[in-house]
Amino acid sequence: MLGKLSLDAIPLHEPIIMGTGVVVALGGLVVLALLTRYRLWGYLWKEWITSVDHKKIGVMYFILGLVMLLRGFADAIMMRTQQAMAAGGAEGYLPPHHYDQIFTAHGVIMIFFVATPFILGLMNVVVPLQLGARDVAFPFVNSLGFWLSAMGAILVMISMWVGDFAATGWVAYPPLSELGYSPTTGVDYFIWSLQISGLGTTLAGVNFVATIFKMRAPGMNLMKMPVFCWTALITNILIVAIFPVLTATLAMLAADRYLGMHFFTNELGGNAMMYINLIWIWGHPEVYVLILPCFGVYSEVIATFSGKPLFGYKSMVYATSSIGVLSFMVWLHHFFTMGSGANVNAFFGIMTTIISIPTGVKLFNWLFTMYRGRIRFHSATLWTIGFMVTFAVGGMTGVLLAVPGADFVLHNSLFLVAHFHNVIIGGVVYGCLAGMSFWFPKVFGFTLNEFWGKVSFWCWLIGYWLAFTPLYVLGFMGMTRRMNHYDMPEWQPWLQVALVGAIIVGLGILAILIQLYVSIRDREQNRDVTGDPWDARSLEWSRPSPVPFYNFAHVPEITSLEQHWENKEKGRVEVRRYEDIHMPKNTGAGFLISVWSFILCFALVWHMWLIAGASLVATIITFILRTYDRDTDYWVPADEVARIEGAWHASMKEAA
Amino acid sequence: MNRLLSSARTLAPLAALFLLAGCDDYALLFPKGDIGLQERSLILIALGIMLAVVIPVIILTLVFAWRYRASNTNATYAPKWAHSNGIEFVIWTIPCLIVLFLAVMIWQTTHKLDPYQPLESKVPPVRVEVVALNWKWLFIYPDYGIATVNELPIPAGTPINFKLTADSIMNSFFIPHLGSQVYAMGGMQTQLHLIADQPGIYPGRSSAYSGSGFSDMHFKAVATDRATFDAWVRKVQHSQLVLDKASYTELAKPSIKNAPTTYARVDPKLFDDIVNQYMPAMTHPTHDMAKMAMVEGPMCGPQRAKSAE
Repeated sequence: MLGKLSLDAIPLHEPIIMGTGVVVALGGLVVLALLTRYRLWGYLWKEWITSVDHKKIGVMYFILGLVMLLRGFADAIMMRTQQAMAAGGAEGYLPPHHYDQIFTAHGVIMIFFVATPFILGLMNVVVPLQLGARDVAFPFVNSLGFWLSAMGAILVMISMWVGDFAATGWVAYPPLSELGYSPTTGVDYFIWSLQISGLGTTLAGVNFVATIFKMRAPGMNLMKMPVFCWTALITNILIVAIFPVLTATLAMLAADRYLGMHFFTNELGGNAMMYINLIWIWGHPEVYVLILPCFGVYSEVIATFSGKPLFGYKSMVYATSSIGVLSFMVWLHHFFTMGSGANVNAFFGIMTTIISIPTGVKLFNWLFTMYRGRIRFHSATLWTIGFMVTFAVGGMTGVLLAVPGADFVLHNSLFLVAHFHNVIIGGVVYGCLAGMSFWFPKVFGFTLNEFWGKVSFWCWLIGYWLAFTPLYVLGFMGMTRRMNHYDMPEWQPWLQVALVGAIIVGLGILAILIQLYVSIRDREQNRDVTGDPWDARSLEWSRPSPVPFYNFAHVPEITSLEQHWENKEKGRVEVRRYEDIHMPKNTGAGFLISVWSFILCFALVWHMWLIAGASLVATIITFILRTYDRDTDYWVPADEVARIEGAWHASMKEAA
Repeated sequence: MNRLLSSARTLAPLAALFLLAGCDDYALLFPKGDIGLQERSLILIALGIMLAVVIPVIILTLVFAWRYRASNTNATYAPKWAHSNGIEFVIWTIPCLIVLFLAVMIWQTTHKLDPYQPLESKVPPVRVEVVALNWKWLFIYPDYGIATVNELPIPAGTPINFKLTADSIMNSFFIPHLGSQVYAMGGMQTQLHLIADQPGIYPGRSSAYSGSGFSDMHFKAVATDRATFDAWVRKVQHSQLVLDKASYTELAKPSIKNAPTTYARVDPKLFDDIVNQYMPAMTHPTHDMAKMAMVEGPMCGPQRAKSAE
C-alpha cells in the first residue's frame, strides 16, 4: 500500500533540514490558525481557489513565484556559504549528499517555480487587459494549469522532508540520473514535479496562443497589438512547441527508471547523448520563454516613463519573432565539448551569435525610446535601466560562450554560472519585478511603496554584481561549477566576496517583502483613483484600478497601437450605456483535478501502485464530469455593470 | 568627492584580491600550452570586439537616462518621435557586422581548435588513454604499457593524444592551463589533443558533475622535460603493481581521494574493453551490431569520418 515509503524516508538525522521543517510547519500552522480565526476559508475557496478570473490566477502565480523565490534563495545562500568555507581541505558544513541536492533544487526551483510562475503571472494579468478581452480563451484550463504548477512546487518542497531530491544537477543528465547511480526517490521527485508543472505550463501556453489569436478587440490587428502581447505570443508559441519535448524526455527517463527500459543508459544500446540533445532542445528555447515577456515589460515601462511611444515597434516585433525561430537552432551550444565535429560546432556557434542581432536591436530600441523623452525615475524605470546595463554584459558573455573555441575552456565553469545568472537575474528577475511594480495598482487598486521598491532595486543591482563578478573571475581561474569543496585556496577570497553579494541580494528580497507590507498598510494613501497612475499608453490603463472582474464594460474598438494614449489625446469618453456581460463561472474542478494529480505523482514517486491507480482514475473522472458540466457561465446584469462603473466615475470626480 | 573616496575604499580590497593570487592562478589568462594560448587570444579578441559596442551602449544608456530626466526641461522632448529609418538601419547593421566578423572567426577557429585534430609538431606524440572512474582518473600510456591514477606525468613540448572514455558516469576532462576539455562518456570514446609548452604542475579536474565524489576528482598534470619523463617511465615499468581485469574491477569501485598510484604493466586491451563493456553483442560476433562495430570501430561514440580532418 505505501510502496517504498516508510519512516526512514524522513531525514531525522539532518539538523538543517529538520530545523527548516519545524520552522515551515510552525509557519504553516500559524497561517492555518489565522485563516480559521478570521473565518477566511470560505473566502479563500470562493474568491481564489475556485476562481477562473485571469487577474486572480495571475496574482496566485506571482505569490507562488515569490514563495518559491524564498526557498530558491535559501538554497543559494547555503551554497555560497558552503563554497566560501570549503577551501583547501576544509569540508564546509554541507556534506556532498546534501549540497548536491541543494544545487539541483536551486536550479529546478528558480527556473520552473520562480521564473516560470512570474512570467505566467504577468501574462495572466496583462494580456487579456491589453487585448481588450474579458478573460482568457479557456478560463477553466487556466485555473487547472495554475494548480498543476502549484502542485509541482509542493511536490518539490515535500521532497525536502520525505525522502530526498535529485542530486544530479537541474537537467538531470543520465547516466547519473538513472536508477543504477541514483537509486533513491530524488530523481523521481524531479521527474514527477516537472511532469505535473510542465503539463500546467503547456496548458497555459495553449490558452494564451488561443487568447491572443482569437480574442483581440475588434480593430486590433496583429500590428496594432501592444508589444508585451507580441512577446507573450512568441513565448507561448515556444511553450507549446517545447514543453511536449520536455514531457517526452522525462517520460523516457521515467520509463528507464520504472520499467527497466534503456533509452539513456549505458547498457543495451541506450545513449545518454540523446537525452542531452533532447533536454536542450527544450532547454534553450525555455530561456527565451522566460526572457521574451520580460523584454515586453521593459518595452512598456520605458515607453510609459519616457512619455514617448516605443521606438521601432516593427523592429521590436520582427526581432522578437526572429528570436523565437532562431531559439530552436542553437541547442547544441550547451555541449560543444561532447565531441561533435568542427562543422557542427561552428554551425551552432554561428547560429547562437546570430541571436544576438535581434537582441542587440532591442537594446538599441529601448535606448532610442529614452532619447528625447521625459524620463521619470519610477522604480520600474530603474529596473529597466539596471537591466539594460546588466544585460548588455550578460549578452556579451553569452556570445563569448557561443564561440566553440572559447567554450572549450569556459564550459561548465563558474564563468558559465555567472553568465546565466547575469541574464536571468539581470533580465528575467528585474523584468518581473519591474512588471510587478508597474501593474500592481491595476490589480489591487493602490500603488506599491516607492521607497522600498528603490531600496530593493539597489540591493539587487549591487548584490548581483558583487555576487557574480567574482564568479566570472573564478571561471578564468579554471573553477568549475557544482563543487562541494576545492583544493585551491586562491579561489576562496573571491567566493567570500560572492557570499557578501548574495547577502545583499537577500536584503533586496527582504526589501520586496517590506515593500509589500508597507504598501498594504498604507493602501488608503496610495489609492489609484484614476486607473492611470503612470500616464500610460495601452488599453489596460483606460480602466479603473482595480479592474472590475469583467475587465471591460464595453468591448473597445481599436484604432491605434496606443489606444489609451490616443483616447486621452482626442479626449474620447466612454458611452455610459451598459449591456449584460457574459462571464465564466468559478469552478473547483481545476483545483480538484490538480489535487488528484498531486496524489498520483506522490504515489508514483514512492511506488504506491494502488493509490496511484485510484488517483489516476479520480483525475480522469473529475475531468470527464467537468466536461459534462454545462453550467459554466452566467450573465452580469447591465444594472450591476452600471453600478460598478458609476462608482468609479463618481470617485474620479471626487478626486478631481 | 566623498563618493569617489568611498568607492575607492570599496575597490581597494577587490584590487588586493587580484594581487593575492599569482598570475599563474588565472589559468585561462596565462595558459601554459599552445591550445590554451590560442583560446586565450580568441577570448580576448571576441571580448574586445564586443566591448567596443557594449561599453558605448552602457554609457549611452546612462547618458540618455540622465540627460532626458524629467526634471531637465532644457533637453529636447519629442513626444511623438518613434521611428527613424536611418537609426533603424544603423542599429541593425552594427550587430550584423559584429556577428559577421565573429562568424568568420568562429568558423576558422572551431576547425583549427577542433579537439580531435592532431597537433602539428616535429616531436612524435605521446598517447594517453583516459578513463573517468567514480571518482578518480585512470591514465593508460599504451606506448609504454604503464598506467597511473590521479596523476598525469607528461613530457613538455610534446603533443599528447588523448583518447577518453568513462567507466559509467559522464565526466569532462579538463586541465585549465593547457586548454580544451572534452567529455568522457561511458561506452563511448572521444579524443583530445593538448600540449604543454613548458614544464610545470598543472591542476586538472572533472568539469562535469558526476555524483557525490565529484569535487575530489582532481589530479595533477606534471609536465617535465623529456629526460625526466623517460626516467619516470622506466621507474614505473620497474615498479610492482599490475593493472589487469581483476585489479581494474577493484579500482573501478566508487571511491574518493585515491592517492596517486602507478602501474608497471597494463592489459593492452583494457581501454577498448572499457569502451565496449556495454555491448553484449561483442560476445556474439555473428550479431549484426557486432559486425558493424568491427567495421567502424567502437560504436555509439561521437566517431568522426576521416575526411573531417
